Amino acid sequence: MSAVKLTAKVRSQKKLASDIYSLILYVPEIADQAKAGQFVSLYSKDGANLLPRPISLCEIDHEEGTIRLVYRVVGKGTEEFSHLEEGDCVEVMGPLGNGFTLKDKRAILIGGGIGIPPMLELAKELNCEKNIVLGFRDETFLLEDLEPRGEIYIASEDGKTGVQGNVLDAIREYEIKGDIIYACGPTPMLRAIKEYAFANHMEAQLSLEEKMACGIGACLACVCKSTEVDDHSHVKNKRICKDGPVFDAGEVEF
Amino acid sequence: MNLSVNIAGVEFKNPVTVASGTFGSGAEYHEFVDLNKLGAVTTKGVANVPWPGNPTPRIAETYGGMMNAVGLQNPGIDVLCGRDIPFLKQFDTKIIVNVCGKSEQDYVEVVERLGDEDVDLLEINVSCPNVKEGGIAFGQDPKALEQITKAVKAKAKQPIVMKLSPNVTDITVMAKAAEAGGADALSLINTLTGMKIDINRRQFALANKTGGLSGPAIKPVAVRMVYQVANAVKLPIIGMGGICNYEDAIEFMMAGATMVSIGTANFHDPYTTIKVIDGMKKFMEEKGIEDINEIIGCVK
Ligand SMILES: Cc1cc2nc3c(=O)[nH]c(=O)nc-3n(C[C@H](O)[C@H](O)[C@H](O)COP(=O)(O)OP(=O)(O)OC[C@H]3O[C@@H](n4cnc5c(N)ncnc54)[C@H](O)[C@@H]3O)c2cc1C
Ligand SMILES: Cc1cc2nc3c(=O)[nH]c(=O)nc-3n(C[C@H](O)[C@H](O)[C@H](O)COP(=O)(O)O)c2cc1C
Ligand code: FES
Repeated sequence: MSAVKLTAKVRSQKKLASDIYSLILYVPEIADQAKAGQFVSLYSKDGANLLPRPISLCEIDHEEGTIRLVYRVVGKGTEEFSHLEEGDCVEVMGPLGNGFTLKDKRAILIGGGIGIPPMLELAKELNCEKNIVLGFRDETFLLEDLEPRGEIYIASEDGKTGVQGNVLDAIREYEIKGDIIYACGPTPMLRAIKEYAFANHMEAQLSLEEKMACGIGACLACVCKSTEVDDHSHVKNKRICKDGPVFDAGEVEF
Repeated sequence: MNLSVNIAGVEFKNPVTVASGTFGSGAEYHEFVDLNKLGAVTTKGVANVPWPGNPTPRIAETYGGMMNAVGLQNPGIDVLCGRDIPFLKQFDTKIIVNVCGKSEQDYVEVVERLGDEDVDLLEINVSCPNVKEGGIAFGQDPKALEQITKAVKAKAKQPIVMKLSPNVTDITVMAKAAEAGGADALSLINTLTGMKIDINRRQFALANKTGGLSGPAIKPVAVRMVYQVANAVKLPIIGMGGICNYEDAIEFMMAGATMVSIGTANFHDPYTTIKVIDGMKKFMEEKGIEDINEIIGCVK
């Protein structure tokens, strides 16, 4: 089992919200090996944009040999990907990163904004009691996919859906209980979740983000501070692309 | 057809290696690339002790290139000797070890330690800050460069390649200084210092403020410098800076490089090295070139 880079065929692309797209790629070579919490690198066709764009796996269909990516258009690369149509080709490398470690414990899955997509595959793979907490800025997405997978709680900044505020406000408001947190989202959210988990003596697996160049652990672009000296780097740095993106909350300082 | 080249008495099966820092120690890219096919693997800069490197963000994409300020994070020479060299020894390829340091003593310590190791060339990265001289890079002052070259050469058991910084007014002055210090070969270019500002956040794109620009955006500068250096000194050159395909590699060789390194292009396509080697063979066949050495510095 190892990562590959190849040309994938686009199965379909759908717009989910004003700037959020869902892309399904046919790549059995990646789908076969992939699991929740891992990601792929997508490459732009424009040689001016050299570096890969890391995108989490939102769903993996082992039978169909497809992967689903849900992403927000924020710049040149994601803008280009949003124009892909059925039958088009795109360069992709994966599966990359470690993915979540599934535990048989009452789980709280927390997704903030564009950190929500990896929670869908995780919810599918976890066979236990699941509370799913979602934080949105305003518009919601992926709700219909997530609803059958667990108990859903929502926080939104504008308060139009669910609790007004952030995911932790929702957890407190609805008194959501669990033994382990799995989370992906903006860094300030993850920081707050880390504190919350410590205060409540809970285990937490957090999916982190950093700018990447190689995506496979060679260039040392994407590090985060680790609490202990790391076995590979021999300094207190871990590579998000290779040792992560998912870390135990106690392993990292960010 | 002959693709093999020779630098300071070391025979390489082909002229293609990787640029230091873009390929780790080869362990990660080995999933994609058959390391046996490369002329050599050049390892990430290594110091006498582990270095933690710079804060993040350490990289930023720029038009046709990227900037990095990784800050030479490395696990130190003990780990290189205990883990990375034994790993590379499994393959039929040469090993070039890139060395960094903050003082002459740091460099000498690493080079002495490598004396007992079965590695082929030592590439000395002189773009690191010279702490003793008050933060000026060894690579930007010809006197300091000649001195560090001498000090390293005196202790090195393997041939030494001085890696030149392009951040100077006249690259030939630096090349001559390294030659005078006793260098066996030169490699160029290292990255060009640049800066990027995120206008929405009113912040530098890199935590370090400045970073080293690499990738296709710098290729014409690199080709020019390789040409100038090839015509100023007698030393063999390892050329690099934005090489993405075999055409780029041939261009560097025609300008005067004996070998070429693939750096940033690995990030875009991990198979670049192999594609360059295959493309070179095809080019030689098509043009009826029997020996790759024929084209080195053929454009005057
Ligand atoms: C492990 C991981 C998983 C991710 N999963 C998703 C996902 O499922 N859906 C989604 O919408 N986004 C995800 N992201 C963020 C996504 O990578 C960026 O939004 C994307 O790279 C932006 O590219 P661009 O060309 O549109 O933006 P530009 O701003 O033009 O990009 C310029 C450069 O910065 C890099 N970059 C910009 N923003 C980020 C960022 N937030 N993180 C890392 N690199 C960045 C780009 O890769 C590119 O090299 C993930 C990031 C990481 C690290
Ligand atoms: C992420 C990154 C890390 C690098 N690390 C080193 C290093 O440790 N030592 C060194 O001498 N050069 C280092 N370099 C410079 C490259 O070896 C090379 O000289 C430069 O990038 C130009 O080649 P390129 O355009 O093909 O990448 C690094 C470059 C990059 C992009
Ligand atoms: S992106 Fe190169 S080490 Fe993570």
